[in-house]
Amino acid sequence: MRRVAVIGIGITKFGEHWEKGFRDLVIEAGKNALEDANVQGEEIDALFVGAMSPGLMVGQEHAAALVADYIGLNPIPATRVEGACASGGLAFRNAYMAVASGMHDIVVAGGAEKMTDLDTAQISTVLGGAGDEEWELFQGATFPAIYALMAKRHMHEYHTREEDMALVSVKNHKHASMNDYAQFQKEITVEEVLESKTVSSPLKLLDCSPITDGAAVVVLAELEKAKKYTDTLIEVIGSGQASGQIALHDRQSITQIDATRVAAEKALKQAKVTHKDIDLVEVHDCFTIAEILALEDLGFFKKGEAVKAIRENQTYYDGSLPVNTSGGLKGCGHPVGATGIKQIVEVAIQLRNQAGKRQVKNAEIGMTHNVGGSGATAVVHILKRIK
Amino acid sequence: MKKNLALVWRRIPQRYRLIGSLCESCNEKFFPKRHFCPKCRRKGKIKDFQFSGKGSVYSYTKVSVAPEGYESMAPYYLAIVKLDEGPLLLAQIVDCEDDEIHIGAKVRKAFRIMNKDGKEGVINYGFKFIIDN
Amino acid sequence: MAGICSYGAYVPKYRIKVDEIANVWGEEGERIKNGLGLIEKSVPGIDEDTATMSVESSRIALERYELAFNKSAIANAVFVGSESHPYAVKPTATIVQEALGFSPNVYSADLEFACKAGTTAMIIINSMVDSGKIDFGIAIGSDTSQGRPMDALEYSAGAGSASFLIGKENTIATIVDHYSFSTDTPDFWRRQHAEFPSHGGRFTGQPAYFRHVISATKKLLERTKTTVNDYDYFVFHQPNGKFPQLAAKQLGIPKEKIDLGLVTPYIGNTYSGASMVGLANVLDNCKGNERIFVCSFGSGAGSDAFIIEVNANIRKIRQTEKEYHRLEYYIKRKKYLSYGMYAKHRGKLKGLED
Repeated sequence: MRRVAVIGIGITKFGEHWEKGFRDLVIEAGKNALEDANVQGEEIDALFVGAMSPGLMVGQEHAAALVADYIGLNPIPATRVEGACASGGLAFRNAYMAVASGMHDIVVAGGAEKMTDLDTAQISTVLGGAGDEEWELFQGATFPAIYALMAKRHMHEYHTREEDMALVSVKNHKHASMNDYAQFQKEITVEEVLESKTVSSPLKLLDCSPITDGAAVVVLAELEKAKKYTDTLIEVIGSGQASGQIALHDRQSITQIDATRVAAEKALKQAKVTHKDIDLVEVHDCFTIAEILALEDLGFFKKGEAVKAIRENQTYYDGSLPVNTSGGLKGCGHPVGATGIKQIVEVAIQLRNQAGKRQVKNAEIGMTHNVGGSGATAVVHILKRIK
Repeated sequence: MKKNLALVWRRIPQRYRLIGSLCESCNEKFFPKRHFCPKCRRKGKIKDFQFSGKGSVYSYTKVSVAPEGYESMAPYYLAIVKLDEGPLLLAQIVDCEDDEIHIGAKVRKAFRIMNKDGKEGVINYGFKFIIDN
Repeated sequence: MAGICSYGAYVPKYRIKVDEIANVWGEEGERIKNGLGLIEKSVPGIDEDTATMSVESSRIALERYELAFNKSAIANAVFVGSESHPYAVKPTATIVQEALGFSPNVYSADLEFACKAGTTAMIIINSMVDSGKIDFGIAIGSDTSQGRPMDALEYSAGAGSASFLIGKENTIATIVDHYSFSTDTPDFWRRQHAEFPSHGGRFTGQPAYFRHVISATKKLLERTKTTVNDYDYFVFHQPNGKFPQLAAKQLGIPKEKIDLGLVTPYIGNTYSGASMVGLANVLDNCKGNERIFVCSFGSGAGSDAFIIEVNANIRKIRQTEKEYHRLEYYIKRKKYLSYGMYAKHRGKLKGLED
């Protein structure tokens, strides 16, 4: 396998973009990424686009061809990758594999979602499709409800408290307030989280990631070729992906996402690093409980012990394990298909030492963790700054 | 929420009567139905299995923000139910007061309306659970 | 000879008090309670209808049979009597038979004869068993009746269901004889596409309810050369708490013989279910060797009268039944609704999809 580096990153502001459609968002992020990489369109060999459901959200299938067309990359091969909320992470992994395999030298990976064209009940139904339509949705389940079931059981087994989950939200909003492209720019308090409207008990509105429009794009290149474009090489040193049961109730345990565990083990093994080597991690906190589960399942903490680190503020950008410096899905926003690529963008910004107020000191190795559905897909990447 | 008729119709026996599967090779029971045993794979012998509809609450949530077509039922309890025969499934717990539900609470099956396809479309029925005290 | 092999009755958990409804319309609750002889009525859950209640009462009947006689009954006929079938076209009975696991070898259909469709289902199934066409059949009377807002019926229109498993094997009670009396009397009706029923006010009394109930009862007593003294219990159709008491008075039946079968005062009028739910309550308290006289009434109008003889087999049901098989469990289990919640449960709010 060939070595691969990220040579360019681009992102739109995450939020409610009433004036911009799906294609407008992708063009903006794509243009930024290509300029950042300083590559010309004709140098690019292929494109992968992660999007969960443009068909249901804006009525547009065939999204990769549209993106290739509108960012001026015709006639290169363009492929849409779908893995629910992990679509972006999967697009990145496919782009990585395409370069690592020797098939292509320079590949673009993008992710985008335009969510605000639907009303809340409609978008909630579409997102529910990431679970089991026949045996979860039909029963009246929503995504918050599925994660609430995990949270309730986690509280039962490990004495996790609603306040602990609220701390995750408070921290991610704090990080978001220092990130210009984040949806939320305001800090919140534990009390505000606890007093926010219940969505699906014990999860409240401020435990849930918002509905967001946005796009993110990165450019990957074979390492030797990458040196032509940049001095700060961000190498992809580990990539792992795994699958689990589509329905929560089919799992051995509902307080653990096995796919996350397996994907992390694979990525760490390939990267030949251990948890101690990771300077920061972007995890999939679609709900506050999901960040707690992620930190345990990725192997940073034993089951039930992540909350201790959270209570001790160790997961802030200046703590011993900075988590979600972008603001995470909670604070930065969660335009579903874009999230996996945004995580790569944030880690690259940190490793390039460009994160400003939220900069993690001496960051050299970062991890991303992107989940589809309630854990039926998980994809983990490890990136390293090399001289 | 216009649904294709056949999409719902083909699950009627499972939804009305809790018909799942039994793998005769390993004695593992499944709900919903499986066409092959994930454990025994090709060596598995799958046949239909009728669940008794008794179980207990494994985890639960009170859904306040409901999806399309379920809004008028909100708030409602949704639970992972551990059936007495082993498997877990997801179902609403109905006719249930806040002080009646807890992890471990005994439940039994009920037959209820799941959703309606508007005012003129079909009515879909299926299983929910009630507290069995 | 065919007979009842098992039975079950079901009433939803929700109730609304007469006082609560009276308050909305500026009426005096006490006066209405005394006039109708009922204090509250049952209201279906937001996800309940005639089909779901029919399944619940039938499951109780089948479970009871299985526990008492150690074998399961497979019914080859399912008839659902109701005036609130969920569909105008498409049978309730097929939903019920599928949920009970009887498909596809089933004679099934929906019946409608206002409040007596369920007892008519009993006669049909009884005859089918007697003729040897089927081994078991289920007759169901079930309704989630609607009362027009502000109408007198709004105080009494309840929800409930009763199922009778009829066959030859392991009968707990025999249907010794039955007699039907019907005429074209337009006392109560609901036209196609109309949301609420209409009625003839006081015309529903003497020419309708009383004429048919009393005639059917007298004729069957005459035919069998029996008198009131030959029966332990009488169960009449019970649109409210008062009518059956007045009928009993006219027939010279002492109060204690009708009390057990009179449940409308607590759950309201369950329409097609009413006399059958009353019968279920009597059977719940039988030990064997009781004789029960039942007379239903359906507007439009007609009555089915039955003579039912309970035998010692009912003790097997008594010994093995569960608490939730008994009607008492459902009568006691209740949650009161405000008029607003009641309007939501019954789909009476304008602008909302049903």
